[in-house]
Amino acid sequence: MASVLAFFQNFPFELFVIQTLNGIVTGMILALIASGLTLIFGIMDVVNFAHGELFMLGAYLGVLVLATTGSFWLALILATLLVGVFGAAMQITTLRPLIGRDPLTTILATFGVSLILQNYALWQFGPVARKIQEPYTGHFNLFYLEYPWYRLVIAGLSAALIGGFWLFLKYGKYGIWIRATTQDRVMAQAMGIPVPLVHTAAFAIGAAMAAASGVLFGPLVGVNHTMGLDWVLKAFIVVVVGGMGNLGGSIAAAIFISLLEAYASIWMSPAQAVIVSFVVLILTLLFRPTGLFVPTPK
Amino acid sequence: MNAKRHTIIYWTGFCVIMALLIVAPLVLPEYWRRFLTEILIWGLLAMSSDILIGYTGMVSFGHSAFFGLGMYGAAAALLMVAPPNLLLALIFGLVAAALVSAFVAYFSTRLRDIYFAITTLIFSQIFYVIIFTWTEVTGGENGLSFRRPALGIPGIWSTPFTSETLHWFVLAIVAASYLILRRITQSPFGMVLQSIRENEPRTRAIGYPVERYKIMAVMLSGMFAGLAGVLYAIQNRFAAPDFVFFLISGEAVIFNVMGGIGTLVGPIVGAGAFLLLREFLGRLFGEQFPYLIPLGFIFIVMIIFLPQGILGFARRWLNR
Amino acid sequence: MTTPDASSSLVAVDGIHTYYGKSHILHGVSLTVGKGEVVGLLGRNGVGKSTTLKTIMGLVHPRQGSISLEGAAIAGLPSHKLAQRGIGYVPEDRRVFRLLTVMENLRTGLDRPGVTDARKHELLDKVFAYFPVLGERRNQAGGTLSGGEQQMLAIARAMMLEPKIILLDEPTEGLMPRMVSQIRQIIDVLHQEGVAILLVEQNVPMTLEASQRVYIMEKGVIRHQAASRDLKVGDDVIKQYLGV
Repeated sequence: MASVLAFFQNFPFELFVIQTLNGIVTGMILALIASGLTLIFGIMDVVNFAHGELFMLGAYLGVLVLATTGSFWLALILATLLVGVFGAAMQITTLRPLIGRDPLTTILATFGVSLILQNYALWQFGPVARKIQEPYTGHFNLFYLEYPWYRLVIAGLSAALIGGFWLFLKYGKYGIWIRATTQDRVMAQAMGIPVPLVHTAAFAIGAAMAAASGVLFGPLVGVNHTMGLDWVLKAFIVVVVGGMGNLGGSIAAAIFISLLEAYASIWMSPAQAVIVSFVVLILTLLFRPTGLFVPTPK
Repeated sequence: MNAKRHTIIYWTGFCVIMALLIVAPLVLPEYWRRFLTEILIWGLLAMSSDILIGYTGMVSFGHSAFFGLGMYGAAAALLMVAPPNLLLALIFGLVAAALVSAFVAYFSTRLRDIYFAITTLIFSQIFYVIIFTWTEVTGGENGLSFRRPALGIPGIWSTPFTSETLHWFVLAIVAASYLILRRITQSPFGMVLQSIRENEPRTRAIGYPVERYKIMAVMLSGMFAGLAGVLYAIQNRFAAPDFVFFLISGEAVIFNVMGGIGTLVGPIVGAGAFLLLREFLGRLFGEQFPYLIPLGFIFIVMIIFLPQGILGFARRWLNR
Repeated sequence: MTTPDASSSLVAVDGIHTYYGKSHILHGVSLTVGKGEVVGLLGRNGVGKSTTLKTIMGLVHPRQGSISLEGAAIAGLPSHKLAQRGIGYVPEDRRVFRLLTVMENLRTGLDRPGVTDARKHELLDKVFAYFPVLGERRNQAGGTLSGGEQQMLAIARAMMLEPKIILLDEPTEGLMPRMVSQIRQIIDVLHQEGVAILLVEQNVPMTLEASQRVYIMEKGVIRHQAASRDLKVGDDVIKQYLGV
């Protein structure tokens, strides 16, 4: 009994709350990235290895637009649109020719694109990280910390973007097209839905979502050419744990894993805290390989 | 082409190439000698990955873990026992690679295709993080450096490696690996792997324990990748976490695709082509040139238009 | 009887050979469907009836032969273009979008360029009049419907395209007699509206009643052709190719 009391007395409540907040913020960004990945995989069975680089591209474009115009919001909008267009171009040139071939060729092709983009960024911008200035620099007092408002803003914006995307899927005519194509590509085509166009549009949307995350997240970390690598790995773990192709599952998994990692950071270094996501993955693979938040299939 | 003629042409070709590779260090300048040895080592890594990609139909991004652990295993042997012992390095490296590949195989082979590829990638990153952060044991970011062991049989005879003898040693191991792997792919075990590649459900329906074959394939592939890691450690006298990063696996896959999967020797050619192109581009445009950009484009173009790779046309012939 | 010649037909299939990989399924199939005509395609299991429909719909492309719609060649076109040109397809396994509601399933056919909102409401009202149960279940997911209801949804969905011809693949399979007669009535209604139908069926009596002409297939070729009123169940030719 005494040890239980001692546990609660020593338990770093404040740190716990702060980390909960941090976990949610990171979780929302991860959810935004993972949603794009899930959309692309669900609709055309493509594992987009270049997704992290689209995230990075968005961040760098954000840096450039911010430097020229000084407006964070303009940077967010332009980066998202431009990378969306780039995504469409990428799908048309490298993925359309591979339709009908072994799905592993798409992994290789997107891997090739990721190499090109990464090295291009390294070449053009150098290895030193760039900074994106956050649009709001205010803080509020959370216990003994000055917690930046901006973090809550990103979480809110990410949630809004995901929510908007979900609404689009549920209600718009094009949302129905995307959902029908995801469920039964052949029948969707037999109903007159221009499936090749839907694929390109879906890829563009996924890319745009990655880019938006890049700009939003930019102020939190430095923008450099390897930022995509860390995030894409986490995003893949999230997608597998959440159930591949399952949008709701990805979002839940993103927040779940981010919270766990944030809590783990209380006791170990952030570099080691990533082990948490790996452990979650291994456990999921062992016990619920179709996804942690997916009801086990019959 | 009848079997006898094929055998004659094949082995004649093999001997000619071996002869060229043996003579090479005697005529090439030092830089190119090392370059050739490196091609052989990376070629061995790519060849090991071909067992999975080309023969079993499983794309793995986990080879960096096998390669890296082979390297660190050898490093452990070379650092813990003095004087540094070649045989011990080989054993430690192979055992480390075997353990890692068994571990990875257990978890990932239960998944199909894409999920397998992603899982092997994530696992190789797990090992990267462990090696990168466990500084006390692995030297962390800076890696480990050690002395090169001497060539020889302990107790009987030993002589330090020269640049030529090292090359011949590597060549002998790579050539032996090729012959062993070729023999295995032509054996009943190899035939089962190929039938898994062609039609996994049917192979399962016939009654083969597909998962068990896949695990063995991953371990076989992993051990030869580890062997390449040991050779790399011996040649360069250091082990670093960079070699456990999944990009190494990616490069192995690139060598495979460029050289031709399912040919065993194709990946070695692919490694050679890649490294030579990199060298060439570096000399043409300067050291700072991001050679991976044009190479990336070439890679993508090859996937779309020449998926069988450089030696792909000879695939059936090489496997007879 | 005179065979309607290809140039006046709505759909004309001429000598198509279709393969699935190395399997040669259709060995030179030729048939026509006139405007507003109901044509039956009979035959045992596995003779290639479904494959014929799939080839017309562009789900699989013929290696040889030609297909025309209103005189224009269409072989090799992707299915969405064919749907846009007025071919509706109701597959053998229905294939409703299970996770979409009934309404959303219908919308996949309804949301086309050039269709006014008024027209959309007209079409919906019409289809809910023919299939009241779909109206009741309009916000339910397609996958929760019974087999018979899914069949109705699949037909209704194709009707949303306002097609010139509907390819119906075994619509009565596995349905209760009450549903079978409902399907029969729908075929009549569509016929009255001038929609052509190519009906693949194993139910011989219903097909002979509902159609004007029938083709009989065996092993990937058309073996016999007749006006429906000239055939009866129990005729030798029926017994020979269909074993009933």
